[in-house]
Amino acid sequence: MAEPSIDQIEKVITDSLVTFGADRDAISRDAELDALDVDSLDLAELSQIIEENFGVELSSNDVSEIKTVGDAIDIVAERAK
Amino acid sequence: MNEVVVTGVGAVTPLGVGAAKLHERWAAGVCGIEDGEGRCDELVVTDHFSVKQARRADRFSQLVLVAAGEALADAGWDAELPYEAARIGAIIGTGIGGIGTIEANDRTLIEQGPKLVSPLAVPLMMGNAGAAAVSMRHGLKGPSYGVVSACAAGTHAIGSAMRAIQYGDATAVVAGGTEAALTPLSRAAFAAVDALSPSGISRPFDRRRDGFVMGEGAGVLVLENGEAARARGARVLAIARGYGATSDAFHITAPPANGEGAAAAITRALEDAELTPDDLVYVNAHGTSTPINDRAETAALKTALGERAKTIPISSTKSAIGHLLGAAGAVEAVATILALRARVLPPTLGLEEPDPELDLDYIPNIARTLDLDGRRAIAISNSFGFGGHNAVLCLEAT
Repeated sequence: MAEPSIDQIEKVITDSLVTFGADRDAISRDAELDALDVDSLDLAELSQIIEENFGVELSSNDVSEIKTVGDAIDIVAERAK
Repeated sequence: MNEVVVTGVGAVTPLGVGAAKLHERWAAGVCGIEDGEGRCDELVVTDHFSVKQARRADRFSQLVLVAAGEALADAGWDAELPYEAARIGAIIGTGIGGIGTIEANDRTLIEQGPKLVSPLAVPLMMGNAGAAAVSMRHGLKGPSYGVVSACAAGTHAIGSAMRAIQYGDATAVVAGGTEAALTPLSRAAFAAVDALSPSGISRPFDRRRDGFVMGEGAGVLVLENGEAARARGARVLAIARGYGATSDAFHITAPPANGEGAAAAITRALEDAELTPDDLVYVNAHGTSTPINDRAETAALKTALGERAKTIPISSTKSAIGHLLGAAGAVEAVATILALRARVLPPTLGLEEPDPELDLDYIPNIARTLDLDGRRAIAISNSFGFGGHNAVLCLEAT
């Protein structure tokens, strides 16, 4: 799998959060997942989508470290290298 | 024992969104069945749920959330709960649960493998998801659980709620049933067991009846401790007088021809209500339109009600909306209460050619005015499920 660009990762994550019901306008790198009403079930789905798209498998420990949208983008970018 | 009263009703059915539409359209002779199924086409999911709420609830939970919202508002609970949250329960029956979710995830499993099965599968498909959804949406912290007894589940749920209030486990319970099983697997499975009508016509008690027509929907009652309800100045729609539940212990999908288990449930409900067949002014039949149910139910009514069986008007809600499986009993309890209150008994639609063996008064095709003539407005509502589960409610409209 070719290394994805930050833009690609950001798009997949943003689209996923919108699918989960988050307001697209409220999503930014700094947005906290709690504030977007993203909960543990959403993060489990997001992990599946990330693995499907980028081949990155996130452990539950990894997921528990993700507090903001930027955290999610960065960990995927780091692991996809 | 505490008295149990009904202070609110709600329904989503193939006749529309709202309990009043169920009564008014059925009484007017409208049939909600199209192309051999009773779909809740009038429900627009986005009118009631955000994106997140909708994707977190299987359709069977969505249907009961809408019905419960109506029932709570009807009971005057929309601003705030009238009792401590821990004293309010939610008991919701279903025949199958989130079968649409099961089927979708099974397709994912087969086509894409186990890693893509959704983390939402379990919370959406579990049979108690409807009860959980109602509890969470309204912050109800008393006893909440699902009831699973096939086509008797809605009635069992209301009966269980009655007991919780009578015994003092709860001051109020939001109780009902819900089903959304118009799915490929469910259709094929009910057809395989020879239960579905090949003609796609629901005509209970008619000579030509050939099976049930499947429908979807939900019905909800707000049940309250009578003393507490009156103390808060609630409008009381009905009194839940009695409940009877028995089992056939006979066959997994068929009742005995003499309907003895059903008869015993009717008798038990009347005993529980401390009433007799003479007190009844209406029977809301299970009336599925299967050859065997309508025959066995007629036999059961004759056994339990004696000579009175011949003179009490009887009708089947399933003639207008099809068979809502685990929702049926709850929707029919709503329909029974509204019929008694309106003094209008809706008809058994499609009953044009009487079966010579079925000789009771099934209110064919035209609604009938209920002339109480000094009597109380008391009825029973019957539900019988695969597995031999029989449940009967005795309700009195105020």
